Amino acid sequence: MNAEGIERALKRMAREIQELARGGELAIVGIRRGGVHLAERLRRELASVTGQKPLVGTLDIALYRDDLSERASAPVVGPTDIRFPVTGKTVVLVDDVIYTGRTVRAALDELVDFGRPRRVLLAVLVDRGGRELPIAPDLVGAKLEVPEREQVEVQLVEGGAAEDQVIIKPRGNA
Amino acid sequence: MIGRHKHLIGLEPLSREEILGLLQLAVSMKEVLRRPIKKVPTLRGKAVVNLFFEASTRTRTSFETAAKILSADAFNWTSSTSSVTKGETLLDTARNIEAMHPDVLVIRHPAGGAPQYVANRVGCAVANAGDGAHEHPSQGLLDLFTLAEHFTRVGGKPGGEVGKKEDVVPDFGTIAGKTVAIVGDISHSRVARSDLYGLTKLGAKVRFCGPPTMMPPGVEAMGATVHHQLREAVEGADAVVMLRIQHERIGDPLIPGTREYSKFWGLNAKKAAEWLTPTCAILHPGPINRGVELSSEVADGPRSVILEQVENGVAVRMAILYLLAGGAHEIDTPAPEGAARA
Repeated sequence: MNAEGIERALKRMAREIQELARGGELAIVGIRRGGVHLAERLRRELASVTGQKPLVGTLDIALYRDDLSERASAPVVGPTDIRFPVTGKTVVLVDDVIYTGRTVRAALDELVDFGRPRRVLLAVLVDRGGRELPIAPDLVGAKLEVPEREQVEVQLVEGGAAEDQVIIKPRGNA
Repeated sequence: MIGRHKHLIGLEPLSREEILGLLQLAVSMKEVLRRPIKKVPTLRGKAVVNLFFEASTRTRTSFETAAKILSADAFNWTSSTSSVTKGETLLDTARNIEAMHPDVLVIRHPAGGAPQYVANRVGCAVANAGDGAHEHPSQGLLDLFTLAEHFTRVGGKPGGEVGKKEDVVPDFGTIAGKTVAIVGDISHSRVARSDLYGLTKLGAKVRFCGPPTMMPPGVEAMGATVHHQLREAVEGADAVVMLRIQHERIGDPLIPGTREYSKFWGLNAKKAAEWLTPTCAILHPGPINRGVELSSEVADGPRSVILEQVENGVAVRMAILYLLAGGAHEIDTPAPEGAARA
């Protein structure tokens, strides 16, 4: 997936979000770290479609992980930044890639600790399959069947990449 | 694990990077304190035991609160209501509590070295909550956190403003090059030691000030300058840490009386106005002896960041417990990627 493909996918997703969320007050929440820049881009697309900028926030799920006791050391905790009441809002959770679904499970648990959203939608740029939990995205940029030994990497200029692209590479030496 | 360390005994053994890692983690933990629901499920099923052989309300409550916000089970054990009064030794007490499978033992003890002694003999992680005149690392860390918040807050504004306590994300780089005066009974103060190690590792200069009878020998070798005049110590300082004068020391040969102490080494509004820079912050580890080391006007005044210290203390202790209780200590292989990030 190249820069043009990513842009097209985000534009389409923004239109779909607008349709799905009709009437409700929107908030876009990026899941760190892969979802943060995508959330900001979706927010800009939505602003150009609807004329008003939705609220934006960031979730770091480290404190909600299910594998703390299985890891050699405690994972790094980044900042969570939700400066608005989520109660009553239509919240769009944004991540770059959905795989096992465990990150989304953690993000949902964390989100509801901030309040009771009217509705939660899940937007991902890439669905690579391989779910381990009954979780499905509402908005998908691209569906790719990626074998377990490989990983999907979304590179964005905001994250320091030379150009936007989605690449598939062997797992491990990330 | 805090970097390479399984236990938190003091700030002296920690590297600059390990200290910065803890402080940065505390920033995320402080955000949790501001949420509508102040609870995260992180340490569910983990147990933290507070083992206190010395009186404390602030530190014990702070560790207990930190554990509970992280969903760990917290148990308090204080020597005055325990079998210590029946003659049980420190090691027997620790071993018996360890048999109940805690993940972290938080220990306060009047003897310096007690937490290290226990850490060498038990399987779980140990956090020092103050041992004798040795160290009080969580206090040192919360002081660093509070100072960085203060320096970040006043840093952008020339001439600076104190008193307006708007939220800032602390920049720990602001500590480098600053001068911090620590005033009081240095020789009996574990806070002074932990502050000194933490501040010098982050590049600050430290001035120790107090009566000559309360200045331990050889502190210059630890990296501090020694002053016996309060004015000389606090003039030009970016922050002043006033230590508590322990009542049990008053009247003994170290200081003749509280009035004399207050006259020479106490800080009141008049001295603060005349000697301190406009942006100088005042810290105190608590509990304050009002009118002895600090007058009420100063303790409750705009320069005081004493209540920020208490709030930051919870965030810092959450970071400590997260690193000590999180992760499987005996397993060295990283978890498979599928479990790590979906």
